Amino acid sequence: MARALFAVLAGGLFGIGLMVSGMTDTTKVQGWLDIFGDWDPTLAFVMGGAIIPMAVAWRIAARRRISALGTIMPELGEQRLDPGLIWGSVLFGAGWALAGLCPGPALASLGFGGTGGLVFLLAMAAGMLAATPFRRTLSRRAARGEETWISAR
Amino acid sequence: MIETDWLWGLGGGFLIGLAGAMFPLVNGRVMGASGIFGGLIDGTGRDTWTERLAFLAGLVVIPVGLVPVLSPETHLTENLPVILAAGLMVGFGTRLANGCTSGHGVCGISRLSLRGLAATAIYILAGGLVMVSARHFWGLI
Repeated sequence: MARALFAVLAGGLFGIGLMVSGMTDTTKVQGWLDIFGDWDPTLAFVMGGAIIPMAVAWRIAARRRISALGTIMPELGEQRLDPGLIWGSVLFGAGWALAGLCPGPALASLGFGGTGGLVFLLAMAAGMLAATPFRRTLSRRAARGEETWISAR
Repeated sequence: MIETDWLWGLGGGFLIGLAGAMFPLVNGRVMGASGIFGGLIDGTGRDTWTERLAFLAGLVVIPVGLVPVLSPETHLTENLPVILAAGLMVGFGTRLANGCTSGHGVCGISRLSLRGLAATAIYILAGGLVMVSARHFWGLI
């Protein structure tokens, strides 16, 4: 129950932050990516503002094994650069540019984004489900140690 | 860009960072939008579905309360094929890469994760290329 309550709070704070920063406005995201247009640097300030409290949080997390509600702290894990990460990010970047929406803002703007926003979210969900068999193949290959391009901890 | 936009960006970014800081410290989880949503719909996150659903409920519903104050506009294109193609690519790509702007970008960069840094560099580069091509050469958006 406490976990769900804090999850609502985190989700709400995330959504308010996306809205206040202007990231639910597709013109701001596309303005950041369009370096040959009227370039908009806002996204860099959003990233910078978000990374400050996050970096502090990771320093605190590094000294603990258990979170406040008793779950195990998320580990960094093995740092593999594999084809899934690379091609997935290429595709994501392309779609991000075309619509000016990524998953967080797509969800945060669902309540005021009209039909277009809902269609985007449904297409995104379909894309996620279509990725399932590829994810399975990738994790099988990773388990066998294949197709790892760079590996570090 | 309006002159005060960077300030709103910085402040809003700080709120995003507070949410992203709270999630691992309190719930013990990384705050990545594509992972939380994707794991809920494809069933891989069924053990933590209440927490995922609660997070998404907060993310979708709470901003609606601020609509009268901020009167946000999304300016999303009305070109349906572009919306569909973009949505499919964002969904497929973020699941294949295991993260998006929040998980790889905000949460990954802040802990100097190699995967987060690499993914962010790649999606910004690919996004920039597609943006410039689609707008200035193909006249698509």
